[in-house]
Amino acid sequence: MSTATSSVEPGSATRGWRLPFSPWHLVLVPLTFVLVVPMLWMVATSLQTQGEANRFPPVLLPHDPRIANYADAWHTAPFGTFFLNSTLVALVVVASNLVVCSLTGYAFARVRFLGRKALFMALMATLMVPFQVTMIPVFLIVKWFGDNVSPYLGINHLGALMLPNLATAFGIFFLRQFFQTVPVELEEAARVDGSSRLGVLFKIVLPLSMPAMSTLAALTILTSWNDFLWPLIVITSTDQMTVPLGLSYFQGAHQTNWPLLMAGNVMSLVPMLVVFLLAQRYFVQSVAGTGLKG
Amino acid sequence: MAEVEYRGVSRRFGEIQALHDLDLLVADGEFLILVGPSGCGKSTALRLLAGLDKPTSGEILIAGQPVTRLGPGERDIAMVFQNYALYPHMSVFANLAYGLRQRRTPRAEIQRRVRETAVLLDIDGLLDRKPGQLSGGQRQRVAMGRAMVRRPQAFLLDEPLSNLDAKLRTQVRGDLKRLHLELPVTSIYVTHDQVEAMTLGDRICVMSNGEVQQLGTTDDIYNRPANTFVAGFMGSPPMNLVAGEVRGGVVRVAGAALADFSSPDAPVTVGFRPEDLRIVGPLETDSVPVRIDVCEPLGSHVLVHALVDGSGAESSPTKVIAQAPPGTTYDPGARVGLTVAPGKTFVFDAETGRAAPPPTRERIATA
Ligand SMILES: Nc1ncnc2c1ncn2[C@@H]1O[C@H](COP(=O)(O)OP(=O)(O)O)[C@@H](O)[C@H]1O
Ligand SMILES: [Mg+2]
Repeated sequence: MSTATSSVEPGSATRGWRLPFSPWHLVLVPLTFVLVVPMLWMVATSLQTQGEANRFPPVLLPHDPRIANYADAWHTAPFGTFFLNSTLVALVVVASNLVVCSLTGYAFARVRFLGRKALFMALMATLMVPFQVTMIPVFLIVKWFGDNVSPYLGINHLGALMLPNLATAFGIFFLRQFFQTVPVELEEAARVDGSSRLGVLFKIVLPLSMPAMSTLAALTILTSWNDFLWPLIVITSTDQMTVPLGLSYFQGAHQTNWPLLMAGNVMSLVPMLVVFLLAQRYFVQSVAGTGLKG
Repeated sequence: MAEVEYRGVSRRFGEIQALHDLDLLVADGEFLILVGPSGCGKSTALRLLAGLDKPTSGEILIAGQPVTRLGPGERDIAMVFQNYALYPHMSVFANLAYGLRQRRTPRAEIQRRVRETAVLLDIDGLLDRKPGQLSGGQRQRVAMGRAMVRRPQAFLLDEPLSNLDAKLRTQVRGDLKRLHLELPVTSIYVTHDQVEAMTLGDRICVMSNGEVQQLGTTDDIYNRPANTFVAGFMGSPPMNLVAGEVRGGVVRVAGAALADFSSPDAPVTVGFRPEDLRIVGPLETDSVPVRIDVCEPLGSHVLVHALVDGSGAESSPTKVIAQAPPGTTYDPGARVGLTVAPGKTFVFDAETGRAAPPPTRERIATA
């Protein structure tokens, strides 16, 4: 029967020697190494004594892992407050970004209005301005809000961390690109079926844009959570500090308590790890998608 | 159900005049076909009626009411899109129910109407599936169902069969016709396929370049084409059109007298359909002399492609197609004659392409 011959792949003998792995691995494996080593070092340091941490050459594996560093770190600084502040800021910023960027992105993608192209170009241009350039004007604006609108929005309040980040040019651009890939006939069908413009957005476009929305949410949380420079500028009181700012607690002028700092670092990473794992499926999908479609 | 009217409707896209001064009245319950080559403005006409686009000038009326200023949701019309446009994240049931929910129909009523429509279209077993899990034919029926379930004033269908394979298309065409007989809703059906147009419609509106070329029944369009465009577009294969002349009250092509025609002497375009031609010997009197190009056997008949030469000194030979009985074969290059069945010669103005006013009278066969 033919089964006897089909088990031998025709031509497999002539193909000869092949790499047992993809050539990409030659690049990816060293790259992974570069990315993972600092992480491992951070975890290792967080379990060392201060003596071990300051030794040279560095100690890689702690002699007697000190789990107590974590409890010490938590108690040395008001970490509970830092986490609460960071969470609050991240949640408000994410919620507002999703709402504002989806509405704006949809308008840019589908609604025809005078000056749409020019406005969009202006928006894109702002993406190229580094934060260091706008830092001082933004500071003055936030200060004005604190003085004239509500002290909760002003300097040295959590509101100052939320206000400048309620919407981002990137978020608008990102969602616009995705919305443009939703077939326009779907929206037309829904409009003929009796939906309003907003109805179309909420019932048709957004449900089909879950990958983009989750990706934007994850990116926004990560950015908000990791932000250091802006909180450093506007926040001085301990009770308004976010986690990254709070971590500087362990960095004294003369001496740094590395094990406690690293223990704090590890703790601050955990929520982001969870966010990333939850969003990873969508994340990879939509970043790859936008990459291909341009 | 309602009648639908276009009054002098035009639509420009920059330089392109997609629709030019369209006047069209679709009667209550009528099934009207809009047919024409790609890019002639058919979809534009539908989209204007649906409210998805606004006319540059003119007025559209549904049930006698001007709707030009209303949005698509306020016009109570339903549309079937070429690619179906089913909501991919919703089940078939939710797809059908969407329009009813938007109109705040009571839940029980939605249930009842969705089931009823699903049974009618034989998709009641698919209500829990997502569009991605359906075959092309099933999707097409869901798209039809989504339009029908709302019981709209009018149905708009934009090339609804063009994504189906040939066999399924023939079957669905029959289903559509039956559905319309059962539920006579005012319908406008867009297609570029003239076979679909001929078989489906009460009336056919033939369009080209954003203008109506002819509006009439299948019989009108086929047997009394208003101009060379309609003659050359409808029929498969379409009518042959060759340069000829009227001289002394007789229509002549390449010297052969085809029919009596009382009008002043002038160059004309002469039309005759492939099925009205008979292939005869090259020397037969009053036959158009042609050279055989190729023969295409189709089983039930043979299409003989031939070239008329010598009709006009300046132009290249005109191609004509004749339908011959099965088994007919000729060598390429063979010289034969073509005669036209009595009363089947069409005469068009050589310049404007319009059908010449007095209908051709038969040349007396016995003379
Ligand atoms: N949104 C648009 N913008 C610019 N030109 C358009 C637009 N829609 C249609 N057209 C043009 O109008 C003409 C008619 O188009 P359409 O109605 O889609 O033709 P059909 O459906 O008969 O193939 C075409 O030349 C097309 O290029
Ligand atoms: Mg079209």
